[in-house]
Amino acid sequence: MATSLESNTPPAIEVRGLKKSFRIPTHRVDSFKERIVRPFAARDYRELRALDGISFDIRRGEFFGIVGRNGSGKSTLLKLLASIYRADSGTIRMAGRLAPFIELGVGFNPELTARENVVLNGVMMGLSPGEARRRLDAIVGFAELEEFVDLKLKNYSSGMLVRLAFSLMIEVDADILLIDEVLAVGDAAFQQKCADAFREMKAAGKTVILVTHAMATVEEYCDRAMLIDDGRIAHLGEPEEAGRRYLRLNFEGAGAIGASSTTGSEDAPVKMLGARIVDANGERTSSIEHGEKIRIQIEIEARQDFAALAIGHLIVNGDGVGVCQLRAPIGGDPPPPIAAGERLKVETVVDNMLGAGHYFVHCGVNRLLEGGVALDVAAATDFVVFGGPADRGLVALPQETTTVIEKAQA
Amino acid sequence: MSEAAAPDLREVRGPSALSGGRQRFFDLLWLISVTEFKRVYFGTVFGYLWSLIRPLMLFGVLLFVFTQVFRIGSDQVEHYAVMLLLGIVLFTFFQETTTKSVTSVVDQEGIVRKTQFPRLVIPLAAVLTGAFNLGLNFLVVFAFVFAFGVDPTWTWLLLPVALVFLFVLAAAVSSALSVLYVRFRDVAIIWTVVAQVLFYGTPILYPVTAFDDPTIEHLLMVNPLAVIFQQVRVWILAEPQAPTAVEAAGGALNLLPAVAIFVGLCVFAIWIFNREAPRIAEDL
Repeated sequence: MATSLESNTPPAIEVRGLKKSFRIPTHRVDSFKERIVRPFAARDYRELRALDGISFDIRRGEFFGIVGRNGSGKSTLLKLLASIYRADSGTIRMAGRLAPFIELGVGFNPELTARENVVLNGVMMGLSPGEARRRLDAIVGFAELEEFVDLKLKNYSSGMLVRLAFSLMIEVDADILLIDEVLAVGDAAFQQKCADAFREMKAAGKTVILVTHAMATVEEYCDRAMLIDDGRIAHLGEPEEAGRRYLRLNFEGAGAIGASSTTGSEDAPVKMLGARIVDANGERTSSIEHGEKIRIQIEIEARQDFAALAIGHLIVNGDGVGVCQLRAPIGGDPPPPIAAGERLKVETVVDNMLGAGHYFVHCGVNRLLEGGVALDVAAATDFVVFGGPADRGLVALPQETTTVIEKAQA
Repeated sequence: MSEAAAPDLREVRGPSALSGGRQRFFDLLWLISVTEFKRVYFGTVFGYLWSLIRPLMLFGVLLFVFTQVFRIGSDQVEHYAVMLLLGIVLFTFFQETTTKSVTSVVDQEGIVRKTQFPRLVIPLAAVLTGAFNLGLNFLVVFAFVFAFGVDPTWTWLLLPVALVFLFVLAAAVSSALSVLYVRFRDVAIIWTVVAQVLFYGTPILYPVTAFDDPTIEHLLMVNPLAVIFQQVRVWILAEPQAPTAVEAAGGALNLLPAVAIFVGLCVFAIWIFNREAPRIAEDL
C-alpha cells in the first residue's frame, strides 16, 4: 500500500493485523431449557469474517476518513477502535483519550435532566466528575440550550438532543475523536456550526476519524481516507481516490442487482450492446468540461417487436442523487415501430451544466405506447466533469444578472 | 492543549468488566447510582414512598397472619414484629436488586453496544442504588425498633458488617445473573422462582428455632442469606434465647458450607462476568 508518510508526526493510532470474525449460530440457543433439551444445538455455527487482518496508522493531528459499504467491516473496525468489541487477534494502540461517537446521544437517559446527562456522559467520555461539571456551561452554551438545562431530556426535541450531543462531543476535548455519520443531522444552521467546529478541530491539531457515506465530507475535510471492502483495505491514501473507488464499488453492486432483474438480464426485451460517453468526434471519452456537450451513446438490440421506444436515462452524481432525467423518443418524433432483431445506436446530447464531480448514467429504454421498462442498466457508463464557475451546488445554470442603480435623491 | 505532552501509545484491549480504568469505573458507578436514587427519591412526589410501601404492606399482612392467625410468631419470639420487619426489609433489598439486575445489561443495550462502557457498572449500580434505598428504609425500621420497645445495645454497631456481606452477595448474584441473561433469557423466570424459594428458605417469617429440630437449623444455615439474617437479628434484638448463626449451625465448622457457597458465588460471578464481558456487545 503506497502511503505517503509526509512527515514524521507520531502516530495517534496504530493498528496491526486486526482480525475479527463473528460466529453466527445456525440455531440460536437462548435459554437454559433449550440448552438442556438440545445440548448440542448451538455447536453449529458459521463464521463470518468481518475484518481480515488490517494494519494502518493514523498520525497525530490527522483527519482520517473511513469509508466502505454496509457489511464491508467498517462498523466492526469502528467498534473495535471504540472498545466495544474485542479483536480476535492483532493490536490497536492509541495515544491519548478517545471519544467515540458511534451514535450521537446514545448515552443519554431521557429520564434525567440535561445537567445530569452532561455530567454523566462527560464522565463516560473520560472526564472526572468535577471537570464535567465545570464544562457544563460551555456545553449547554454551545448547544444554545441554557434555558433548558434543568429540563428532562424526554421533553427535548430531537434537534435539541442532537445539539446537546454534538456540543458535548466538541467540549469534552478528547485527543482522538471517532465520529460516525453525525453531520447528517440537525438543521442547516446547526450543520454550519458543526462544519465550523470541524474546521476548528482541524486547526487545533486534533486527530479525528470520520466515518461517513458522504463523499463530499470526506473530500472536504480528510487528509487521508481508507476504503474498506470485504474486511480488507481496498485503498489507503488520497480521499478523492477513496471516494472514487467507493462509488465504483457501490455501483458495481447496483449493476449486479440490475443484471439479475429481468430488465437488465439476457432475456430482457431489449439487449444492451454498449454504452459510452463520446466527444464531438465520436471518440470515447471520460471527462467533459463544464459548458461542453455531454454525449451519451448506447447501442441496443430489440428482441421483439415494439410499437415505439424511448430512452430514459438518469444522470446520478457521486452521492447517488439523481441530477437529471433524459427522455426522448427513439427514431424521431413520432417514433417509428421497431422490429425484433433491429440494432440501434442512440446518442443523446445535453448541455453540460453540471458542477465538477463524478457522475454515473443509469441507462434505460421504455416502451412508449404500451408503457413499461424494456431495459434498465444501472451505472452503464460514467464521466467526470471538470471546470465550471461554481464550486458549490449540484449544477451551474446559465445566469443573467441585471442591476439598476437608482440615483440618490438630492 | 499542550503540544509538549505527547501521550504514549497504549494498547487498547477492548471491552471488559472494568474497561476504561479504575477511577472512571468508580466515578461512573457512584454517579449513576446517585442519579438513579435521586431520580426515584425526588423525581415523583411519592417516589420514595412507593419503594417503602411494598415492604411495609408485606410486613403488615404477614404480621397479621403470623400473630393473629397462626400465632407462631408471637408465641416464640419476644419481638416477632421487629424480627419480621428486619427480615422483610433486608430480603426486599436482596430480591429487588437482583431481580432488577437480571435484565439490567440487556436493558442498557444502547450503551453496551454503542459506547465504551465498563460493563460491571451496570449491575453494580443497581445494587448500590438498592443499598441507598436500604439505608433509608433502615430509618423506618429503627423507628419501629424503638416503637416496639427494643433497647439499644452496642451490637447495633455490628450491623454494617452484616450489611457488607449482604451487599457483596447481592453484587455477586446480580452481576452473574445479568450476563447470563444476555445469553439465556429464561434466567429471569428461573430467578423469580429461586428468589421465592429463598424467601421461605431464610428465617424471615419464622425464627430458626421454630422447628425444634437441630438438623433443620443446621440445614438452614447452609444458606448464606440465612446466616446473615440470623446474625442481624441477634445483633439488633439482642435476645438471649435467639441462637447466633454459629449456634444455629451447630458449631463454627458447620458454617463452612455457607462460607463456601458465598465465596463460590463471588468467584463464579467474577469468572463469568470477565469471560462474558468482552462479548456482551456481540451477543446482544
